[in-house]
Amino acid sequence: MLSFISKRFGEMAVALLLMSVVVFLLGRMTGDPVALLLSDYSTPQDRARVEQELGLDRPLVEQYGAFIVNVLKGELGNSIMGDQSPAADLILERFPASLQLAGVALLISFLIGVPLGVVAATHRGKTLDVAARLVALIGQSVPIFWLGIMLMYFFSVRLHLLPTSGYGTAAHFVLPAATMSLFTIAAVTRLVRASMVDILNAEYIKLARIKGLSESVVIWKHALRNSLIPVLTFMGSFFANMITGAVVIETVFAWPGIGRLAYEAILNRDFPVIQAVVLFMTALFIGANLVVDLLYAWVDPRIRYGRR
Amino acid sequence: MLSMFRNPAIAIPGAVSLFMVCIALFAPVLAPFDPLAGSLEARLLPPAWEANGDMAHLLGTDRMGRDVLSRLIHGAQISLSVVALALLIAGSIGSALGIVAGYVGGLTEALLMRLVDLALSLPIILIALLFGVVFGPDFGNIVIIISLVLWSQFARMARSETLKIKNSEFIDLARTAGLHPIAIMVRHIVPNVAGPLIVLATLQVGTVIIIEASLSFLGVGVPPPTPAWGSMIAEGRSYIVSEPWLCIIPGLAILITVLAVNMLGDALAETLNPELARRPGGH
Repeated sequence: MLSFISKRFGEMAVALLLMSVVVFLLGRMTGDPVALLLSDYSTPQDRARVEQELGLDRPLVEQYGAFIVNVLKGELGNSIMGDQSPAADLILERFPASLQLAGVALLISFLIGVPLGVVAATHRGKTLDVAARLVALIGQSVPIFWLGIMLMYFFSVRLHLLPTSGYGTAAHFVLPAATMSLFTIAAVTRLVRASMVDILNAEYIKLARIKGLSESVVIWKHALRNSLIPVLTFMGSFFANMITGAVVIETVFAWPGIGRLAYEAILNRDFPVIQAVVLFMTALFIGANLVVDLLYAWVDPRIRYGRR
Repeated sequence: MLSMFRNPAIAIPGAVSLFMVCIALFAPVLAPFDPLAGSLEARLLPPAWEANGDMAHLLGTDRMGRDVLSRLIHGAQISLSVVALALLIAGSIGSALGIVAGYVGGLTEALLMRLVDLALSLPIILIALLFGVVFGPDFGNIVIIISLVLWSQFARMARSETLKIKNSEFIDLARTAGLHPIAIMVRHIVPNVAGPLIVLATLQVGTVIIIEASLSFLGVGVPPPTPAWGSMIAEGRSYIVSEPWLCIIPGLAILITVLAVNMLGDALAETLNPELARRPGGH
């Protein structure tokens, strides 16, 4: 187990390092930062002095080292907009709202997706199964930003049932969380259905039935517990979908999270903020995948010894 | 092989997909108006079935008086060009790397597969956002970015398919006959691993369409005034209360196209390669 953990930590570090190199190099391509600081009357000597102050005259590798040191200290640069607040502060200010939304969406996905998958597996080929598969298929085919706009149109603009956008009360959560969870509901349903179908044919399920356990205990206790393992493996990719989905969903519903922060920064071409948000989201994304892998290895010992 | 098309699960989504491809191919002929030419008198006309609709503009016009139907038709061309180019680039590079990794083995395989794992562990959509901001919205950039997202999945599958046949007799025979490894890979391995890779490509079409639409919606995709479906939705968003069709119509176009290709991909995977049908997908 220990070697598995250290190996995964190593891989995570490499992925983060690679991402930081990409972000750093892209940052160097966003134009000439010195030109922004110089006036029309500056001499070449002024230019050299500014370059030296910013460390731009040093080799690229050295500049990258300085960049990483700053990132590790939490100094992610300042926004070029407004009062030029540090990007790290903006992220910390906006992050709780994003976390709340993703948490609620994940909860909804499991509360709906798991029973739907079980029912689909136990009623194979019946109306409910077909309906569940159809919902799953549509959930995977609809662009989420459009779904969000449509939900907003029907429930807020036409029916006046829910607030169109914004943040504050429980009612504000309904539409964005529903939009964000649709894809995950679809994925959870498909995963649970597929593994349930396999497990229901397993020997230990037959034994449980022969023992005379009621069908609902067999399905909801014995079979379900094991069919949730594959769902666990995909937690990482669900979370990833929510992180990338957050950018469009928070934009549609004016949700004050880091996704909307990223969109605003795109609109303003505010590179330091985009860079900071991307680095932050990547760390989240890779960290979540790591946690899920470790959980999975803990639940299913075959992973620790078998794979790789 | 032909009997496959009698299966309605393949024939119906297949027909819809083919219809969309035809629209994309013949967009300039089919579109009734120039998708970029607006007219100030014909701004924000509702679709023809609404009370004050105009039969000339079947799906109405947008805020600049441009014909929505024509933009939609040209949008299909944009969307499907991105799909075709990205899948061609990602599919051929990814498959080539995967086949080489599987056939050559050893250090080459270990290194290439590490790279694949690494690529799969990065949130590439976020890199796409960075790219979009640095280099500005551009058709070529979109294709490159989406190819970067997809190649690793092709590499992974090409490798595992190559491993399955690598030690079969006909490969051994080709090797003893003194055929160069490159010739073996091109002539004997490629034809035998192409099937599952094509199914994988079908399953990716929907993903590419949605990524492109999302990036265009965020303003880092295909730049305006080019009529991409995603940017049409973004432009229509401000008119959702008074002119909802501006948003509804391009979204429906995406939904119908993606639904058709996903159903086709699933049905093909089930008939040709049951293992693939099990994945829950993602975008």
